Amino acid sequence: METRIYAPTAILGYGFPKESLELALLEEPDIIAVDAGSTDPGPYYLGEGVPFVTDSMLYRDLTLLIEASYKHEIPLAIGTAGGAGAKPHVDKTLAIIKRILNKKGYKARIAVVYSDVNKQKLIELLKQRKHFSLGRNNPLGDLTEERIRESTRIVAQLGVEPIMKALEEEPDIIVAGRVVDVAVFAALPWIKKQHKGLAVHLGKVLECGAIAAEPGSGSDGMMGVLRNGEFEVYPVNPSRRATVLSVAEHALYERTDPFREYVPGGYADLSQATYEEAGDGHVVVKGTGWVDLEERYVKLEGARLAGHRYVVVAGVRDPLFISRREELVDKAIEAVKERIHGEYNIYVHFYGANAVMGYREPNPVPGHELGIIIEVVSRDKELAKTIAGAVRSTLLHLGWPGRITTAGNLALPFSPSDLYAGKAYEWSIWHLIEEHDPLEFSFIRVLEV
Amino acid sequence: MARLIDVASIIRSKNAGPFAITIDILFREKECAVKAYSYLTPERIASLYKENPSRIEVILYEPANAVKINIPRKIPAGHPGDTDVYGAQQHAPLLELEIPFGCK
Repeated sequence: METRIYAPTAILGYGFPKESLELALLEEPDIIAVDAGSTDPGPYYLGEGVPFVTDSMLYRDLTLLIEASYKHEIPLAIGTAGGAGAKPHVDKTLAIIKRILNKKGYKARIAVVYSDVNKQKLIELLKQRKHFSLGRNNPLGDLTEERIRESTRIVAQLGVEPIMKALEEEPDIIVAGRVVDVAVFAALPWIKKQHKGLAVHLGKVLECGAIAAEPGSGSDGMMGVLRNGEFEVYPVNPSRRATVLSVAEHALYERTDPFREYVPGGYADLSQATYEEAGDGHVVVKGTGWVDLEERYVKLEGARLAGHRYVVVAGVRDPLFISRREELVDKAIEAVKERIHGEYNIYVHFYGANAVMGYREPNPVPGHELGIIIEVVSRDKELAKTIAGAVRSTLLHLGWPGRITTAGNLALPFSPSDLYAGKAYEWSIWHLIEEHDPLEFSFIRVLEV
Repeated sequence: MARLIDVASIIRSKNAGPFAITIDILFREKECAVKAYSYLTPERIASLYKENPSRIEVILYEPANAVKINIPRKIPAGHPGDTDVYGAQQHAPLLELEIPFGCK
């Protein structure tokens, strides 16, 4: 038995060469699966309910994929639609799919998997289920009713089973909310009772498309074939190849533990996995194990509004100011704090000194010029703007002993110089909660379009 | 003495979830990864990154001739005040690290 899976790109909307998709279709995949999600761009996208790729890029990628799926009768599965996988993200993706189907005159059966968590229901569950914060450095503390209430949106990161359930509906297209990265890749092999661990490991390699190839790319595809006791991966684009290193190395990517890939209910054990080049840019992987966990947990993600953000971008060329930068900026901020009261936070970034690494910078020696970004965040938008303006004008005209540049301290590149940077969010929930049924946090709808 | 940048083929950093930075150092040969693993102790990394050694994790990953280092973030990724949303530029202190062993 084998399952043939094509992953066209690392993230739906990152694009891919049309030629690669055409070559992949010659490989006769049983499913085209693509992960659309990532929490890496930050909590803003979940909180605000918007994708991190543009509609036009989603439209472009989806048009090619739907065309291929329709003409070759291959199901298309999309995981963590819209980037964060909450209802607005899923519905936006669905709306684009409907537009494309309509334009092409195609009919399709679509299974939609929602993963949104109702706040009231979660508050009830808190009392009945075990739950804890995820990750040894998680600073969020316990999952509390207050955390749940102040989150603008909460999703459950679903496992493989809800995608299996959706596939059993025999859809042409699956649009899933927040799921583990590997879910859309592992679901079909799990239905066929293939090795769970190998399927998850294959999903982990495929979810980033051709990133696991040499040369790597987040905008190209990778083919995976799962057989008994092994899987094979290869890029279809002849200018790339899979190597032992490019595939093995991918287990390290964005993970603290390269030996385990967790999904709700268990994990793939990669510690005994072996990698072998099979010629022609193909790599065969064997030896991955699977471990069932006694208790089943699902990860919850929530974001809350931190406030509105204003930023001031400024340059400094005066060497005296540069050498005293911290002291002078502190002085300006103190002066503003004395004048204007209220709830706000100010963050200062010295580009050219230690803006990237902060206190960890081993070599904070500035160059001949310095970039300063002043960031102000407040729940009160007008207050954030007022503070940004006040810090900027105070710093511009700040006097200090020994100053010779008495007309102004800053080179401001923009007018207006205080820029609204939208809302700022922060993670409010990054916790595991006990799950009693693999479908408990999913809601599946089937549409005929 | 050689520096890490002279012997490693890849030195990269990235988020591993919003609360940790993971640094991967890949070598051309397994032997070199093993040597690096014994030299790059949590204590040594901790002093380089001004962090408590108990919060640093160092893992040898032989299939990719790699050493992985996990470092906690001071500010979660994408929160106000963060300086590196993807955690992609936190590898620099390792580049110039002098190492007392050679590699092919």
